[in-house]
Amino acid sequence: MARTWDSFSEGDALPELIKTPGVSDLVKYSAGGGDFNPLHHDYAFPQAKAIGSIIVHGRFKYACLGELVSNWLDHGGRIENIACQYRGMDLPDQTMTCGGVVKRKWEEDGKKLAELELFVENSSGKNTTPGTARVVFK
Amino acid sequence: MAEEIVITEEMRALIGIESTPWAHEVTTTSVRAFARGVGYTDLVYYDVEAAQAAGYRSLPCPPTYLGTPIFIPGQSSETFSGPKEDGPTLEHGLPNLLDGGTETEYLADICAGDTLHVSSSIADLSIREGKSTGKMLIVTRETRCINQNGDLVARQRGQAIFY
Repeated sequence: MARTWDSFSEGDALPELIKTPGVSDLVKYSAGGGDFNPLHHDYAFPQAKAIGSIIVHGRFKYACLGELVSNWLDHGGRIENIACQYRGMDLPDQTMTCGGVVKRKWEEDGKKLAELELFVENSSGKNTTPGTARVVFK
Repeated sequence: MAEEIVITEEMRALIGIESTPWAHEVTTTSVRAFARGVGYTDLVYYDVEAAQAAGYRSLPCPPTYLGTPIFIPGQSSETFSGPKEDGPTLEHGLPNLLDGGTETEYLADICAGDTLHVSSSIADLSIREGKSTGKMLIVTRETRCINQNGDLVARQRGQAIFY
């Protein structure tokens, strides 16, 4: 059901999205987005060898935060802004928990808005990808 | 690991220079491929009827997807699919690249059937020290997406980290 303005409050948590991308999933993302940087699929690539592994695309994690917000919003509104920073590397076959919380809910110039704080937490509990999103409701 | 990185006057002179626009297509197939790559199960990104029932013209772009650059052998980058030469090149000699962060601002819905004319410019250059990477050059790039009607529909700002 499309999310409505009346159905949430500041402080509410978004339902978490759990991802454990394997190499095949990263290859699928590369094909979908057009980023074929070998750092995300080729263990023999010099940068991957220096790091000790291939790594999950930052943009894959960004897209997962997009999916988290899209699932919560369920087309009841539009994302006006979504941002994140890649603070830590994530490795394939590790569980990433994507989540968020409603930081602020307000009306401005007749628009109904919400600000969300987002995260991708790795299996050690570290937030590797802090983010934010602003959504406007229909 | 780079001991020292210098931002030269030649590098600074490239700030603000707009690249030649390159077409990114948004098609039903490209939206499905992106949605599948992320792992969406929401039918709105796969089934045109479901998308229209949700109020869209056609399959909408999932958040963070801004179309797929048209691939032309020889002209497109084999690695990143965008144009190989779309403006002046930053000569820094650093072999390794990491993504630092991304921000996208949407001004309108983008749906299958749209063609985005995408151009970018360097907005800022800075140097930072990384824990495992040593000295890093941070290149902040701003990207603009204009659709087939001439409307600015999205702006993106991203940081590329070279070390």
